[in-house]
Amino acid sequence: MLALENVTKSFNGPKGKVTALDGVSLTLRAGEMLVISGPSGCGKSTLLLTAAGMLRPDSGNVRLLEQYDPYRLPADERCRLRAGSVGFVFQQFHLIPYLTVLENILTPLLSRPGEDAQRRARALVDRLGLQERTDHVPAQLSTGERQRTALARALLHRPKIIFADEPTGNLDEENAGIVIEHLCNFVSAGGGVLLVTHHAKAAEHANRALKMKKGRIQKN
Amino acid sequence: MNILSLVVKEILHRKFSFALGVAATLIATASVIGAIVLLRTHDLRTAAILHAKEAELLERMDKLQDDTRKSMLKLGFNLVILPEDQNLADWYANDYSTKYMPESYAERLAESDIVSIRHILPSLQQKIPWPERKRTIILVGTRGEVPNAHLSPQKPMVQPVPSGNVILGYELHRSMDIGTGDRIRIMGKTFTVRDCYSERGNKDDITAWIDLKEAQELLGKPGRINAILALECLCTGNSLPAIREEVAAILPGTQVIEQESRAVARAEARTQVALEAQTTLQQEQQAREILRGERERMAQALVPVVFLACALWIALTGYGNVRSRREEIGILRAMGVSAKRIFMLFIWKHVFIGVPGGILGLVAGGAAGLLMAGGGADIPVDFFSPLSFWLAMAALAVAGATLLAVVAGWLPAMIASGQDPAEVLREE
Ligand SMILES: Nc1ncnc2c1ncn2[C@@H]1O[C@H](COP(=O)(O)OP(=O)(O)OP(=O)(O)O)[C@@H](O)[C@H]1O
Ligand SMILES: [Mg+2]
Repeated sequence: MLALENVTKSFNGPKGKVTALDGVSLTLRAGEMLVISGPSGCGKSTLLLTAAGMLRPDSGNVRLLEQYDPYRLPADERCRLRAGSVGFVFQQFHLIPYLTVLENILTPLLSRPGEDAQRRARALVDRLGLQERTDHVPAQLSTGERQRTALARALLHRPKIIFADEPTGNLDEENAGIVIEHLCNFVSAGGGVLLVTHHAKAAEHANRALKMKKGRIQKN
Repeated sequence: MNILSLVVKEILHRKFSFALGVAATLIATASVIGAIVLLRTHDLRTAAILHAKEAELLERMDKLQDDTRKSMLKLGFNLVILPEDQNLADWYANDYSTKYMPESYAERLAESDIVSIRHILPSLQQKIPWPERKRTIILVGTRGEVPNAHLSPQKPMVQPVPSGNVILGYELHRSMDIGTGDRIRIMGKTFTVRDCYSERGNKDDITAWIDLKEAQELLGKPGRINAILALECLCTGNSLPAIREEVAAILPGTQVIEQESRAVARAEARTQVALEAQTTLQQEQQAREILRGERERMAQALVPVVFLACALWIALTGYGNVRSRREEIGILRAMGVSAKRIFMLFIWKHVFIGVPGGILGLVAGGAAGLLMAGGGADIPVDFFSPLSFWLAMAALAVAGATLLAVVAGWLPAMIASGQDPAEVLREE
């Protein structure tokens, strides 16, 4: 489903080159949740974006959904790949401020028309307990409701893989639990999740947990 | 959820920034439409003003000419054509010419294409002692006016005297107690009194008019005349030298005298008034032209500046919009929305800015142009017509404003579509 092979990525910072990824290799299979943790600045977000086809590595191979090397595809194709099979959840929910909950959940339609999207969106609203909030805009929501909305949005197009970067970072224990639970449900249904988190409970649910330090994966 | 509904929802969310964009396109459109409407309204007003003044002038001149014509007719002939060798001192002293010219001169004059004189009257006149009554009279032989061949016939000022008849001046019939229908003898020939004139206070009062032929016989001047009376035509504003030149070309060996005529003086005064009015009209026209030039230069200087400033304003507003939507763009790109669609998202927004800006700009520009053309709310008659003009203005306004908004929004849209989502999404 996802394979990274000896991936490196460095940035030009003000004090010279910063190596964010230093020969990272990993694999993620369908029905598996992989948790990555590590200190701030170790390259977790960089890894996630590189794996998701949004940040071109300096070297190494990325295989997203087996048959693709997203960075060899033309930009449009890469978009289509994400539109069809990839979902994102971030620490900052990145909801569109002027759209209601329901409309935010439906934004993936902008990249790809989906059959039955309205009905699916309603079903997701029900599943994530947002029934009372469908017409609210993000500013009117609690942080937990915002993240649940973002999660529903990521699930609308039935992705094969979800990339989640500290999805619980801004949430209280209860809401964090809800999000983790839904990610686990997604995994049980055969999806793959690459989850960057420090949340202890998440590591318990994970099939594998990796630690990163200074751009490298530490074996455990 | 599609691009257009996203555009509309974003507009409703950021109403103020949208209003700023619309205001900028409105101002740009209004400046162009305003300039066009200003100049057009100016022209319409100029035409109306000049038309009214011209009509007034024409009417005045018509009336003046008519007045003059009437008074000149009342006062009679004011031009006398005499043989060239007639001494004028004698002529003034005697009241008649002692030199003669052929009667056919009258025909020759009438058949020419002369335009400076009218009402041609050949006459033979002489101061004679009236042997039968022992007094001096002026005997005038006349045969009526010779019509100008090339002019439309006019009512003659003087009726011919049928042969065998005589018309007597006031002093003659009064002093000798002669009445109409009486038979009198002049130089041995009997005449029937056809008419007795009332008092005129000039030498007409001692004049007897008879048929030209009979006068020629009585005076022993067959086929000869000694004066042609005529009326100066006012229509061309002739001067005496011009008339003299014209007459001399047709009748060599003659001279032309303009008799003192109050009518002429009056006519000249009136012609002067008319000329002044015409000058005023021309001055008005010039003033309007100068004003138009000023307005045109102002428009030429102002419109491009306003237009560019507005374009910059729209571009900056657009850029501000892109900046404030970085997060939105990032998440949409992560979801797989292509760069092309992001570009179209912003271009569409600028179409939505341009269309209302154009419509409002058309209205504002039309009103501003009308007001700037002066006259306040006084709308020129042809302001709203023809419809085709306003249709063209509407098309220009909407298409132009949309084009302006889209072109000004192009760079911001490019920036938006070129934004790297990874960069935004990393910024946590
Ligand atoms: N666009 C960039 N330009 C320069 N340096 C960058 C850029 N993106 C990341 N870095 C650097 O790369 C390193 C890894 O960054 P990254 O965001 O992946 O860390 P992280 O593990 O996600 O940290 P955190 O837990 O705080 O989110 C950091 O030192 C960061 O400063
Ligand atoms: Mg991070």
